[in-house]
Parts: sequence; C-alpha cells; structure tokens
Amino acid sequence: MSAAPETISAGSARFTRFFIYGALIILAIVYLLPLYVMLSTSLKSLDEIRGGDMLALPTDPSIAAWMKAWGEACIGVSCVGIKGYFWNSIKMVVPAVVISTLLGALNGYVLTKWRFPGHKLVFGMMLFACFIPFQAVLIPMARLLGLMGLSNSTTGLVMVHVVYGLGFTTLFFRNYYEAFPDELVKAAMIDGAGFFKIFWRILLPSSGPIIVVTVIYQFTNIWNDFLFGVSFSSGEASPMTVALNNLVSSSTGVKEYNVDMAAAVFAALPTLFVYVVAGRYFVRGLMAGAVKG
Amino acid sequence: MTTIEPMPVIAAERPRKSFADRLRSGLPKLVLAPSFAVILIFVYGFILWTITLSFTTSRILPVYKWGGFDAYFRLWSQPNWYVAMQNLAIFGVLYIALCTAIGLFIAILMDQRIRAEGVLRPIFLYPMALSFVVTGTAWKWFLNPGLGLEHTMRNLGWESFTFDWLVNPKMAIYTVVIAGVWQASGFIMAMFLAGLRGIDGEIIKAAQIDGASTVSIYRRIIIPLLRPVFLSAFIVLAHMAIKSYDLVIALTGGGPGNATELPSTFMYSYTFNRNQMNVGSASAVMMLMGITAIIVPYLYSELREKKQ
Repeated sequence: MSAAPETISAGSARFTRFFIYGALIILAIVYLLPLYVMLSTSLKSLDEIRGGDMLALPTDPSIAAWMKAWGEACIGVSCVGIKGYFWNSIKMVVPAVVISTLLGALNGYVLTKWRFPGHKLVFGMMLFACFIPFQAVLIPMARLLGLMGLSNSTTGLVMVHVVYGLGFTTLFFRNYYEAFPDELVKAAMIDGAGFFKIFWRILLPSSGPIIVVTVIYQFTNIWNDFLFGVSFSSGEASPMTVALNNLVSSSTGVKEYNVDMAAAVFAALPTLFVYVVAGRYFVRGLMAGAVKG
Repeated sequence: MTTIEPMPVIAAERPRKSFADRLRSGLPKLVLAPSFAVILIFVYGFILWTITLSFTTSRILPVYKWGGFDAYFRLWSQPNWYVAMQNLAIFGVLYIALCTAIGLFIAILMDQRIRAEGVLRPIFLYPMALSFVVTGTAWKWFLNPGLGLEHTMRNLGWESFTFDWLVNPKMAIYTVVIAGVWQASGFIMAMFLAGLRGIDGEIIKAAQIDGASTVSIYRRIIIPLLRPVFLSAFIVLAHMAIKSYDLVIALTGGGPGNATELPSTFMYSYTFNRNQMNVGSASAVMMLMGITAIIVPYLYSELREKKQ
C-alpha cells in the first residue's frame, strides 16, 4: 500500500470531522438562540432593551420583570400577574393526568389480557380519537359544558383533557402490556386471582416505565394546550397558556417586553423542568405517540 | 397470539350462570365500557353533531333548521377560506419538507460517533417540550422588526439589513414556518436517529468492504432503509400542520390582516367571533376530512401489519 492515498484519506477524514462538529455546533447555537434571547430579555430593563442589542448579555441583570410578571402584570382588566393562572394550570393538569393515566392503564390491560370479540375495532376507534382535529368537537363541547354548568371552570377543562387524552393513554398501555407475558397472567388465574388482583399485583408493579412515559406525555400536552383553554374558559379561570397570550397580545399601555418574556419563561418552566429531569422518557412518549409500538 | 377467555368451564357445568359469575366474566368489559362510551359520545357523537350543524342555518347559536349545502357553498366562496387553504399548502409543504430534511441531516451528523452526543441531543429536542404559545411569543420577539433581529444586525454594522417578514403580509406565513420548523425538527431528528441506530451494521460493513463511499452508502442503502421513518415523520408532521393553531395565534394572530389565516384559525373566528357557526362547522368538517384521509390508511396498515 502506498503512503500517498493514506495521507489524503487522513486529511479528508480530518476535514470531515471538522465539518461535522462545525455544523453541529452552529446548529446547536441556532436552536439555543431563542431561549437565550427570551431569558436575557427577561433579565434586562426596558431602557436597555430599547437602546441595546437583543443578543447582548444583560448589563445589570435583575429579576424585577419576573416579579412583575408573577405578581403585578395586567392581564385584561386585572393587574395581579400570572400567578393565579399558573395555579389554574396546575389544578387542571394534576387531576387530568392522574385520571387519564389510570383509565388508560385499565383499558390497556383489558385490551391485551382480557380480549373479547371486536377488541381490535374498539382499539382502532380509540386510536383514531387521538388524531382528530379538535375543531371538529369544539362547538358541541362548548354547548355541553354550558349545559352542565361547567363552562369557564377548571373542572370542565379537567373533563375535556381526560376525554381527549384517553386515546393516547390507552395506546401507551396497550402497546406496553402487549409485550407482557400472558403466561404470568394465566398462572395467576389458575391460582384463583381475580381481574383486579392480577392488575394490581402483577401488571402494575412492572409498569413503572410506561407510567412515567404516560404521565410526562399527558403533563406536557395538557400544560401546553391552548385551544381548549381559550375555547372553554376566559378571564380569571384561564390556564397559563391563554393568560400568556392575552398578556403578550394586549396592546394597551407601554409594551413591556421583559415582562412578556418573563411570563413566557414561567409558562415554559414546568415542561422544561420535566424535560430536563426525565428527557429520555419524554422522547419515548413522543415516539410512542408517533410511531406505534 | 394467545388470548385468555374468562372461565369457560363453569358455564358448561351449570345451565344458568349465577349473577356473581356473570359479573366476574363481564368485569373486563365493564371496566372498559365507560372509556369506550366516552369516546363514542365525545368523539364520534360530537363529530356527527358538528356535521349536522354544518347542514343547518346556525349563526350565533345552534339552530336545527335544515340549510342544505348552503354552508359549504358559502365556505368555498369565502376569499378568506382560499387564503387559509393556500397558507396551509405553503406552511404544510415547507414545514414537512424542512423538518424532514433538517431532521435527517442532523440525525446523520449525530450518527458519526459524536463525542458530545449527550449534550447536543437535548439542545435539538428541547423546543418540543415548549408550548406553541411560548414558541410563538419567543419568535415574535426575536423577529420583531423594530427591536429584534433586524435591529441587532443593523447595530452590528449591516445598515441595510431588513427583516420585516413578521409584519409583511406577503412573507408572514414564512415566519410561522421558521418557528414551526425550529420546534419540531429536533423531534424528527430523534425519530431518524432511532431509525439509524436500528439498521443492521453488517449491511454497511459489507458495503464498505465492497469499496462503496460513505455518501453512496447513505444514498443507496441507509436512506432507503429509513422508509418507514419517513412515513411516520410525514404522518406526524402533516397531522400537526393541519391542526396548527396556537403557533399562529401567538406569533401573528392570523395577521397582518388575514395574511396568516389557516383553516384552524378560520374555524375558530367564524364560529366564535363572526357568528357563522354553520360555516365554522363546515370548515371543521373539511379539516377532519383532510386528517382522516392521511390517518386512516396509515392506522389501517399499521394495525394489519401487527396481525401478521
């Protein structure tokens, strides 16, 4: 083997590595830029924002805008900040996630271990429900919530999110339990264990990973929802995303960009936190929702 | 595939099952029933309700007076609806194409035994954890012609730099594309990366021994093997594009004027702001038909494949 081609290939290999890392670093900067701008703007004063450079670091970082966004910013006519809306979202998310995950686990259990004729059709119909454009159910839901006296209430939003989350939670647990050995269930049956006992003692203890995936998926989706929030609630009862949009798009008074950005950071924090803590499960949930099984 | 039938033995011995036995054997169905009923009513029943409304003369409130195809004629004679459809076409095509191209590109780069993969992956993926409203707010600020990118570039000395897409009716829809691609491309990257990691290394080794170049290995072998991922990515993105609502509302509010109207914003404003509920319902039915045309064949083939 001659030496010449080897040097060329070594040089081109080095160039390729250089290109790969260079491209990845530039891309990473582009992806991080909006988050950086959002954070640094929220730490600047209005004067600095107007006079300065969007990309510059804050010269005198202060959390004044954060305090104002949390406790004083005006959303609509009331100037009490976003804290109430933040709690609205928490009060909506927690019950909705718990209920939809629990029901999804039971549904997945029945659809894999207690099959009945037509189970495939039932599952197919539940699966399609994941993908419908919610615009197709918006008007009837608004009417029904009105009739039940639940419009503009957190309870109403919990109900809506449980209903339209069921398809996904059922999908997650069904696909997970599909791979769970039937023999274990059969053995427990022979030992005389009943429906709930098998679920409680045999399936649930080994469902840790899928519970985490489902909870994270539901939490992110429900926290980030805007369409249901804006359609079925208004004013004080709105969830966080709706309040953020109202704050940012309001055109009265001086536009306080730093307060807008601080509010956006508050709206982003819970899901970002979950993502940082359990990113692996987050991605797995997204994948399971996208690619079946 | 083995299925478990609940206790057939007892039934053979006794002519009539006791109440307790019947309850026990019906229990699984009883547990599933409420969820299924909820889906039947709130999904399928409500869809029928919406379809019904689209054939009525409903304006501000639902009325059940037959209006025939009037709402559909009115829908398809609205210039606004054509703007919405045109924007959906622009947004949908660019969003799907760019997310797929960028996602695949980054995935291939990440698959070259990168040292800092654990650091880079979350950077590309975190936008997916954000709400569309947060994304829209951040990009609205970032692209603000007065104080954002344009201002920054001019400060840096590029005096003639102009980037007014956000307020330019001809270009505003492309800002929605930019923000949308920023949010979803990392997720598509993760899908492709998972696909790349699933490819049998032996095939690639064999090709390398045959003297194939890296580029041709990717073009001839690896990318064709990723076909299922392309399909999944297409389904996910098309579905997200049609449903897209929050992002437009937060970024442009559908404006300037109606420049970034999408079917989803059209449906909302005609139903809740313009008091033309039948036209709003008709547009919702159109959106449903669009999604059904994409999703149902996909689900059907997926469920069938599992059977084999």
